[in-house]
Amino acid sequence: MIKLKSVSVSVNGRLYEREIEPRLLLSDFLRHEIRLTGTHVGCEHGVCGACTVLLDNKAVRACLLFAIQVDGQELFTVESLAESQDDLHPLQNAFWETHGLQCGFCTPGILMTMIPFLEENKDPTEHEVREALSGNLCRCTGYQHIVDAVLLAAENQKKSN
Amino acid sequence: MKPAPFDYIALNSIEEITSALNEYGDDAKILAGGQSLVPAMNFRLLQPTMLLDINNVSKLDYVKLNGDKTLKIGALTRQSTIEKDEIIKEKFPLLHETMPQVAHSQIRNRGTIGGNLAHADPASELPAVCIAMGAKLKLISKEGERIIPSSEFFQGMFFTSLEPNEILAEIQIPIPTEHSGFSFMEFSRRRGDYALMGVAAVVVLDKNNNCTEAKLVYLNAGDGQVDAKKAASVLGGEKSSPDLFIEAGRIASEEEIDPFGNVHASTSYQRHLANILTQRALKIAFERAAKKEQNHD
Ligand SMILES: Cc1cc2nc3c(=O)[nH]c(=O)nc-3n(C[C@H](O)[C@H](O)[C@H](O)COP(=O)(O)OP(=O)(O)OC[C@H]3O[C@@H](n4cnc5c(N)ncnc54)[C@H](O)[C@@H]3O)c2cc1C
Ligand code: FES
Ligand code: FES
Repeated sequence: MIKLKSVSVSVNGRLYEREIEPRLLLSDFLRHEIRLTGTHVGCEHGVCGACTVLLDNKAVRACLLFAIQVDGQELFTVESLAESQDDLHPLQNAFWETHGLQCGFCTPGILMTMIPFLEENKDPTEHEVREALSGNLCRCTGYQHIVDAVLLAAENQKKSN
Repeated sequence: MKPAPFDYIALNSIEEITSALNEYGDDAKILAGGQSLVPAMNFRLLQPTMLLDINNVSKLDYVKLNGDKTLKIGALTRQSTIEKDEIIKEKFPLLHETMPQVAHSQIRNRGTIGGNLAHADPASELPAVCIAMGAKLKLISKEGERIIPSSEFFQGMFFTSLEPNEILAEIQIPIPTEHSGFSFMEFSRRRGDYALMGVAAVVVLDKNNNCTEAKLVYLNAGDGQVDAKKAASVLGGEKSSPDLFIEAGRIASEEEIDPFGNVHASTSYQRHLANILTQRALKIAFERAAKKEQNHD
C-alpha cells in the first residue's frame, strides 16, 4: 500500500487540506475531494481542455497534474468567476449574449483558458482567438459563437478601460 | 483511465535527482511537465512505482546567452517561456516560429523542453529542430556530465541515449551564422495536433547566394527524426531554383524518409506531404538567407 500524503492547497482563495494518494489527479481532487464540480473531465489525457484551471495565473490541464504537485500552491477554478447567477463575470455574460454555449460541458475549460488570454491580449484578432481556442474541444456549437463571445468580451473590456 | 498506484517525491536540486535515480533505478520516472508522462500513466501504458518530481529544481529553468556564441536552455524551461523569450525570438527564429506548433497553450504552460526531448517522439517538432540547429545536449549523472550532439541523443522511437541514471540538464544551441536562413513547415489536421508530416530546413549561403550548407530534418517520417543528408547535399553550391527544390523534395520523400502511415494519412500521402513541404520550406529558407546577405552588405 502506498502511504497517503497530505496536501494543503488554496482553491479560489480558500485553503483545503486533505490526505490523498499520490496518484489522485488534480481534476479528481477538485471534483471528488473538495466537491467543486465546475471543472469538467472529458478525456483525461490532455486533449479536450474541459478540465482547464488556473495555476500561477496560467491555464493548465487539471487532468495532467497530480493533486500532490500543487501542495502549497494557489489555484482558481471556474467557480471563482461569479459570486452568483446574477453577478456573472463579463466573459460569462458575453457567452450568454452570443449563445457561446449549448450543453455547457466545454464552457468551464474555455472560460479558464480565455481569462488569462484576454488579460494578455487586449485587442485580439479572430485568428488569435481561434488559435487560443485550439486546445479546447466543443461538440455542440461549431465554435463560431464561442469566437463571437470572446471577441465581444474583448470589445467590452476595451470600452470599460 | 486512472494511473496505477505509485509513490512520489519532490526533489529540490540536481544532486537530489541524480542520487534518487541511482537509488530507484528503472522503477522511477522523472516527472517534469507531465504532459506526455501523465497521459501515458492515465492510460496505464506506463506504470512507474516511483515518481521523481523535478518541478522545484529552479536551477534547471533558465534561458541565457553564453557570450555571443551559444544559447543555453535549462531542461525544465517551460515551452511557453521559450515561446515568449525575446532573445530566442531575435536570434533563434527557427525555434521561436516552431514553438506555437507544439501542442496547445495550456500544454505549453506546463510542458518543458527537456521533457519533450527526453520523450523522443518521432512526431515531435523540437527534436527535429534541435538536430537542424546543431544543438548539443548536456546529460548529468552522479558520475559526472557529458555533452553530446542531439543527432546522437535521438536513437529512435521514444528511445534516447540517456542512461537510466542520467538526466537531460541543458540544451545548447549555437547562434546561427549571419548568412543562414531557415523554415519550419508542418501539416496537421488541426493547429496544435501532432503533425502528419513536418520538416525543419536550414541553409547557409555565400556572398553569391550559393548554398554552402544545408540541413533537412523530418518529423513523423520514420522510426525517429530523419536527417535527410542526401537531399540536403544536392543543394550544395547551388542557387535558389524551383527545379532544385523539386529534386531535393523528391530525394527526401522517395529515398530517405520511411513513414509508417496512420489512420489519418497513408504512407504515400505522407511522402507527398514531405515532398511539397520540402519545396516550400527551402524556398523560404533561401529567401531569408539571401535577405540577410543583402542587409549585411
Ligand atoms: C494534447 C496534447 C498535444 C500535444 N501535442 C504535441 C505536439 O504537437 N508536438 C509535440 O512535440 N508535443 C506535443 N505534446 C507533448 C508535449 O509537448 C509534452 O509537454 C512533452 O512531450 C513532454 O514534456 P514534459 O515536460 O511534459 O515531460 P513529462 O511528461 O514530464 O516527461 C516525458 C518523459 O521524459 C522524461 N523526462 C522529463 N524531463 C526529463 C529530464 N530533464 N531528463 C530526463 N528525462 C526526463 C520523463 O521521465 C518522461 O519519460 C502534446 C501533449 C498533449 C497532452
Ligand atoms: S479532461 Fe483534461 S484535457 Fe480532457
Ligand atoms: S457547448 Fe456542448 S461541448 Fe461545447
